[in-house]
Amino acid sequence: MRQVPYKTIVETVAQLCTDANYFLGDDMIKAFKDGLSKEDSDAGKDILNQLLKNADIAKTEKVPLCQDCGFAVIFLELGTDAHVEGNIIEAINDGVKKGYTDGYLRKSILSDPVKGRNTGDNTPAIIHTTLVPGDKIKITVAPKGGGSENMSEVNMMKPADGIEGVKTFVVDRVLRSSANPCPPIVVGVGVGGTFEYVAFLAKKALLRNIGERNPDPFYADVERELLERINNLGIGPQGLGGRITALDVFIETHPRHIASFPVAVNINCHVARHKTAVI
Amino acid sequence: MSEPKKISPPLSDEDIMNLKIGDRVLITGKILTGRDSAHKRLYELIQKGEKLPIEIKGQIIYYVGPAPAKPGYVIGSAGPTTSYRMDPYAPLLMEHGLKGMIGKGVRSQSVRDAMKKFKGVYFAATGGAGALIARNIRTATIIAYEDLGPEAIRELEVEDFPVIVANDAFGGDLYEEGMKKFRR
Repeated sequence: MRQVPYKTIVETVAQLCTDANYFLGDDMIKAFKDGLSKEDSDAGKDILNQLLKNADIAKTEKVPLCQDCGFAVIFLELGTDAHVEGNIIEAINDGVKKGYTDGYLRKSILSDPVKGRNTGDNTPAIIHTTLVPGDKIKITVAPKGGGSENMSEVNMMKPADGIEGVKTFVVDRVLRSSANPCPPIVVGVGVGGTFEYVAFLAKKALLRNIGERNPDPFYADVERELLERINNLGIGPQGLGGRITALDVFIETHPRHIASFPVAVNINCHVARHKTAVI
Repeated sequence: MSEPKKISPPLSDEDIMNLKIGDRVLITGKILTGRDSAHKRLYELIQKGEKLPIEIKGQIIYYVGPAPAKPGYVIGSAGPTTSYRMDPYAPLLMEHGLKGMIGKGVRSQSVRDAMKKFKGVYFAATGGAGALIARNIRTATIIAYEDLGPEAIRELEVEDFPVIVANDAFGGDLYEEGMKKFRR
């Protein structure tokens, strides 16, 4: 059993929180540049140029890309041969608290959905834990903004709806979101599993880098088709009209019950943040 | 693209009638900030017939909850939040003199109707470009509801703050128009 100090978890999570909020991934920067060459709308090109400039300022000055520094969503892959001294959940939350406080990130979490006040340190985090073989601990921090999260949806479809039903639902969900989730967006889609698991799949899909296709050629083709259909909607950057509405579509699947066909769409804004560390 | 129009609050009906969807606008002067919780409080005060802690006549409210300022900065990243959440409150504020709103995303029919009726305008700023936008903010002062943290009402002094007219007082909607143009 490998021992991992509590402090290592705190420091790692704090660093991931600030890095995710300051440094947009190279895949996103490339996607903005590729988008610029395909965008026909002047307003759309102007927006994409602003996003490139924004990413540059955030990186150079170490300030958050967006004032909405997100809910700290954390994917924890815990090796069964690794042991954290103390409570790992507390260590992660201490890391979030440190990252958001020392990093001048906005705190956006209310202690109770109805009666709550701002907790003041952006905790508690949402932590998705998976046990894996080995003695490593993999932590991904994916801060998630409210604007795009609000445009997301779970739909318990009928098995008879099939893949065509999935496509119609995804495109329609993006159409109904229009300008609200800060296009150009990234679309995470979950298909299968149960009511709660399909939403997790859609969220997990957002951890992929732009251009990373589903390994199953069937779903890879569906991803390409959905991206094209979404970009034909005309919503464009910031919804002002244009070709670049989405930068990519990612599908994650899971076996399903014979009676159920759950589908979830989790929309991410163009500040698609995720940083990973392995301890 | 045509040259941007320059405006400074307080805005008159005439200023509003001069703005059309798609116009690029640079705002210089003092604007207010407010989002979900602050709107709820203002709305409830008006309904009770009580005095507001801020003057909204002729003013522009920017829907923003800024990030904290790093040392040496006047404000942290400060891009717009999604506007539809303020839709239940916006018509009453316009009835009481509010002229402009800055945010991102589409507005409801009732807000668009109120812009026609009370002569108001809705500006779109670039969502997610908070670090860039903060460069046009010169000062930031909390003037009400400090207890709300990022949601407190601030007075911002801005210089050439760039926005686009998304809804005008003539019923125009840039989101609908833009999408129609590029739909395949």
